Amino acid sequence: MGGFLLRKSGAALIVLALASIVVFLGVRALPGDPALALGGENRDPEVIAAIRHDYGLDRPLPIQYLTWVGHVLRGDLGTDQRKLPVGHTIVTRLPITLELEFLAVLFGSLIGIVAGIIAATRRGKASDYAATSVALVGLSVPHFWLGLLLIVLFAVRLQWLPAGGYVSFFEDPVDNLRHMLLPAIVLGTGLSAVVMRQMRSAMLDSLGADYVRTARAKGLSEFSVVGVHALRNSLITVVTIIGLQLGVLISGAIVTEQIFGIAGFGRLTIDAVNQRDYALLQGVVLVVAAGYVVVNLLVDVTYSLLNPRIRIVAAPA
Amino acid sequence: MSYVEVTPSDVAPAEALSPRARRRRLLRRRIARRPFAMAGFFVALAFALAALLAPWIAPYSASTQDYNAILAHPSSEHWFGTDELGRDILSRIIWGARASIVAGVLATMLAMAIALPIGLVAGYYRGWIDSVISRVTDVLLAFPFLILAVGLAVILGPSLTNATIALGLGAAPGLIRVTRGETLALREEDYVKAAVANGAGDPTILFRHIVPNMTSTLLVQITVTIPAAIIGEAVLSFLGLGVQPPTPSWGVMLADAQSYLSLAPRLAVYPGLAIFFCALAYNLLGDGLRDVLDPRTTR
Repeated sequence: MGGFLLRKSGAALIVLALASIVVFLGVRALPGDPALALGGENRDPEVIAAIRHDYGLDRPLPIQYLTWVGHVLRGDLGTDQRKLPVGHTIVTRLPITLELEFLAVLFGSLIGIVAGIIAATRRGKASDYAATSVALVGLSVPHFWLGLLLIVLFAVRLQWLPAGGYVSFFEDPVDNLRHMLLPAIVLGTGLSAVVMRQMRSAMLDSLGADYVRTARAKGLSEFSVVGVHALRNSLITVVTIIGLQLGVLISGAIVTEQIFGIAGFGRLTIDAVNQRDYALLQGVVLVVAAGYVVVNLLVDVTYSLLNPRIRIVAAPA
Repeated sequence: MSYVEVTPSDVAPAEALSPRARRRRLLRRRIARRPFAMAGFFVALAFALAALLAPWIAPYSASTQDYNAILAHPSSEHWFGTDELGRDILSRIIWGARASIVAGVLATMLAMAIALPIGLVAGYYRGWIDSVISRVTDVLLAFPFLILAVGLAVILGPSLTNATIALGLGAAPGLIRVTRGETLALREEDYVKAAVANGAGDPTILFRHIVPNMTSTLLVQITVTIPAAIIGEAVLSFLGLGVQPPTPSWGVMLADAQSYLSLAPRLAVYPGLAIFFCALAYNLLGDGLRDVLDPRTTR
């Protein structure tokens, strides 16, 4: 297990190091001069040259990269156009998106797991077809459109929930949930469809396995057979799938936050793009890539813990 | 013992067909027996035809403004009503299908054109070239699809062509991984080993033995990538990074509709329904193909 963990962590570090190069070069490939953007109205060549010097933009690219990585490793992501530390801006916005993603995962997993169990245990019946069809609809609905429809229905017509904005959980927990409910449903819909399909498939595998037949032969109740034996084994696959959906959720958060006017991490990404705030964009994308790599590593490790055969297969011949 | 006279015409069609042609015919019959997959195929075809024939079937041009019918309700003149500039919504949806279909199909073709050769080389030759390609793919997969597409769209500049390129490049890493995995599995098959033993060269093995045998996997991947690219184009256009107004696109229409949600919510309903039905059609077709081509996944 130690060797497996070391190999996986090493690979993740290499991916992260290469990702930092992609981020660095990608941001520099953006059209426009960051020094001009930082100078704002002032186009005086001397001022622009001074900005270029202050931000190290006049140095060779490899030096700029190494300086940036050196700062990042010390926890300094630089300063944005408003002269605010990028790390601080990210730390303030990240919890909003993490809350949104947590609620979306909660909504998506609950609906997906329950619907998947129902579909698998009633295979071929009306409820199976209904759940499978709804999942297909959930996969095909563009979530930003779903967001607009929910705003029209629940905020404009019925006026039950706010159309957008954000209230901190620590300020007013109830109002916080009222603001986050629609965005979480929008973001969680696609996930619930993926989880439902995976859960149904995994449950069907489990229900046909020998250990379930044995459990039935022992005279256990159907609830115990499905709820304890089959469910526990099916959840391994589903938990992995939820972990791997993180990238989809981050992409979804960008659009969802845009529609609901939530000043989270996704909105910050689009703002950084629109304002050509290079330092901010660099930091934001690096954090996304790092988060993605870490979650993938955690999924790999968790999965190998739960299923030792993976470690054997993954070992080099 | 009784004999039945068999005329050559009874057996000729079946015997005349090669095993591959027989398999294709079997698959066609199997897919034809799946009503949802067939419905998906015909709806996808209808959208493609609408995009192709837009100048002839759209009641108005996409930019014709009727100042006497601003935000008009659906009527016999304007079946889906008009938008804030008095433009016919149905016509804009039909014209908008062009952007979506072009982005969906061309982005997928671009992604395939990149992924197939790279995945084949990585999976077939393995060794250091596989390690390099796999690491680079892992790096690109560390960026969520939309972040990659948004980044590329910003670098290339906002337009339909650039959005298509961005979506194609964004989808390529996932497809490289699938192609590589399939090649790795297929190169160990007995018929490939037999071809090697017969002295077949690498191009022959790759293009006569490996590629034809991964067609079903690639076909399923295509039907999964097209709806993702269609929705991706709508998202990029919605964010202002794809098709630019006044060119019609379903994403642009939804972005415009955002300002009129309380006044005319239908502006958001119709383009969204178009995206939904188009994506659903490809998903139904993809599910049907997966069931037919890979019976192991059929439940």
